[in-house]
Amino acid sequence: MQNSIPASIMTNTNQPSLREESMSYLIWKRFRRHPGAIIGSIVLSCIILAVAFAGLSPYDPIKSDITVKNQAPSLAHPMGTDALGRDLLTRVLYGGRISLLVGFSVMVITLLIGVPVGAIAGYFGGNVDNILMRITDAALSLPSLLVLILLSAILREVEAPFLKSNPVLTIASVIGLLAWMFTARLVRASYLTIREMDYVTATRALGASNLRIIALHIFPNAIGPVIVESTLEVAYAILEESGLSYLGFGIQPPTPSWGNLLSNAQEYLVKYPWLAIFPGAMIFLAVISINYIGDGLRDAFDPHKVLQKIGEV
Amino acid sequence: MGHYVVRRILQAIPLMVIVSIVLFALVNLAPGGPLAGRGQSRRLRPEQIAALKRQFGLDQPLYKRYIFWLVGNDWTKIDMDGDGIKESYGQGKGILRGDFGMSYRTRTPVINSIGGAFKNTAYLMSVTLLIVAIIAIPVGVISAVKQYSFFDIVVTTMSFMGQAIPEFWLGLILLLVFYVWLRNPMTGDSLLPVGGMYTLGTEFSIVDWAKHLILPVMMGVVGWVTWYSRFLRSSMLDVIHQDYVRTARAKGLSMNKVYFKHALRNALLPLVTVFALDLPYIFAGSLYVEIIFSWPGMGRLYYQAAIDRDYPVLMAVLTIGTMMVIASNLLADIVYAKLDPRIHYD
Repeated sequence: MQNSIPASIMTNTNQPSLREESMSYLIWKRFRRHPGAIIGSIVLSCIILAVAFAGLSPYDPIKSDITVKNQAPSLAHPMGTDALGRDLLTRVLYGGRISLLVGFSVMVITLLIGVPVGAIAGYFGGNVDNILMRITDAALSLPSLLVLILLSAILREVEAPFLKSNPVLTIASVIGLLAWMFTARLVRASYLTIREMDYVTATRALGASNLRIIALHIFPNAIGPVIVESTLEVAYAILEESGLSYLGFGIQPPTPSWGNLLSNAQEYLVKYPWLAIFPGAMIFLAVISINYIGDGLRDAFDPHKVLQKIGEV
Repeated sequence: MGHYVVRRILQAIPLMVIVSIVLFALVNLAPGGPLAGRGQSRRLRPEQIAALKRQFGLDQPLYKRYIFWLVGNDWTKIDMDGDGIKESYGQGKGILRGDFGMSYRTRTPVINSIGGAFKNTAYLMSVTLLIVAIIAIPVGVISAVKQYSFFDIVVTTMSFMGQAIPEFWLGLILLLVFYVWLRNPMTGDSLLPVGGMYTLGTEFSIVDWAKHLILPVMMGVVGWVTWYSRFLRSSMLDVIHQDYVRTARAKGLSMNKVYFKHALRNALLPLVTVFALDLPYIFAGSLYVEIIFSWPGMGRLYYQAAIDRDYPVLMAVLTIGTMMVIASNLLADIVYAKLDPRIHYD
């Protein structure tokens, strides 16, 4: 009988379609009601687009042009020029590539370490859990900012061609190495609860391997808080990188990053304040957008809120 | 409870040892090293380098260096003049007996520079935290009580902004506004001073000290105020819909009394724990403030030591930092149990 009903009538009924019933659609529905998250997504997309098309700028981000040094913002140079006559807007856009790349790389690294550690600890429990959590505790008891500075000060001196040619990966690993513990704890907590659920027991009874249960059956249900955490991780990493580069320990010039564009700004503050204002404003804009997206995702993934809304759909 | 605390402290000891070994290895195995010539005005001759290495104990293998750092070297003979004969006892007492060694750069005991720097950071941070509490508590309570009001929306938006501002950039902007742009209308000088804790070469004056505090404190306050007011808002929201709050209202107590006495007490409970956990980060976070406003504290000391590769100073600050993190974790658990009678540790 169902098959004989024309499609046009189907769409007019009040029956929810299959798409509307799916969890991801509910999450999207909630996310889209969060104005901050939507504005954040738009702003972040604009920043990513601008940064991706930085090559369209008529100026070179690294080559200096002494004839136009230290110019105030104008039509030709919307953010002014620096002490070497380089267009600041161009440098901010190229710097954004580095800074955003660091942010997303840190997210990937924390996921690559934190998810397996948390999943294995939470799923197997017992001694495995004990050992992994003691390692996590030890890593958490490091004074992170101090160790971050120490590690990047050391890596700045290491004469390894790989590290020198991959500054983004180097700095992202340092930040990620001191940040995966939060993801690990979060994942562990989810796995601890989910592994007790009946469907997991049923799957095990059907003969699924541990790896299969961890990766295919539990992971999709544990992913919500991890997505929120990782989003906020990107913002955190952008802030960390900018701070380190500001201190001179992060991305090294002449490669621009949002942080190292500011590293000489204090000296020039009196005469050329635009050098300090614009790169920092970009960090601020990117971080606040990501934080709002994270907040929207948190609301969208909140099981209580999703349940409340199921009644309304 | 007492047993629990003792057990936790005993557990912290091996953790502390492991972390200190990792940190010691990191610091000491780093390429470059204190004698690579960074920050020195002249190049050293090879024999000078050898003498300095002996003096700093850097000629020893790593495990010996660690042992000397830990328990000192006054119990064993060491070779001071490089002739291969161990002729005199060392002078280091080791960190376990409170001797952090001599700074490579200033050639004075590390404990002297740490002591002064620690006091300066603690001074800056206590003022900052006082201001944070004065602002964050009423703001958090009011924005929870008047949830979704105009005030609440403004506060929530501002707390998002405060969390997204890079701290050092905020410092630069404060410099720009209060040092470069705004002028004292009487004298035409900059409105606020921007370096150090007081004007050098002047008599002690409260006004001068207070003026030097304003910008560093402002820079430190923004991030923590937004963090805590947001936290307090959500923990107040959990509390104010509970029955005892309604009961207190019903028996005729004033709004102020109900919210600021009955509800706030319970809402502060999770906050106290978070605050204990935050303490080391609050301390470490002052690094940017100290660098931008030339505040002679721990952060600046550490930053300078990282550039100079001043191993004893680095290790001293790192050790104190690790101890603070571990202690604050323990403190958070104890405070939590003390404040919430439902929680028992065995």
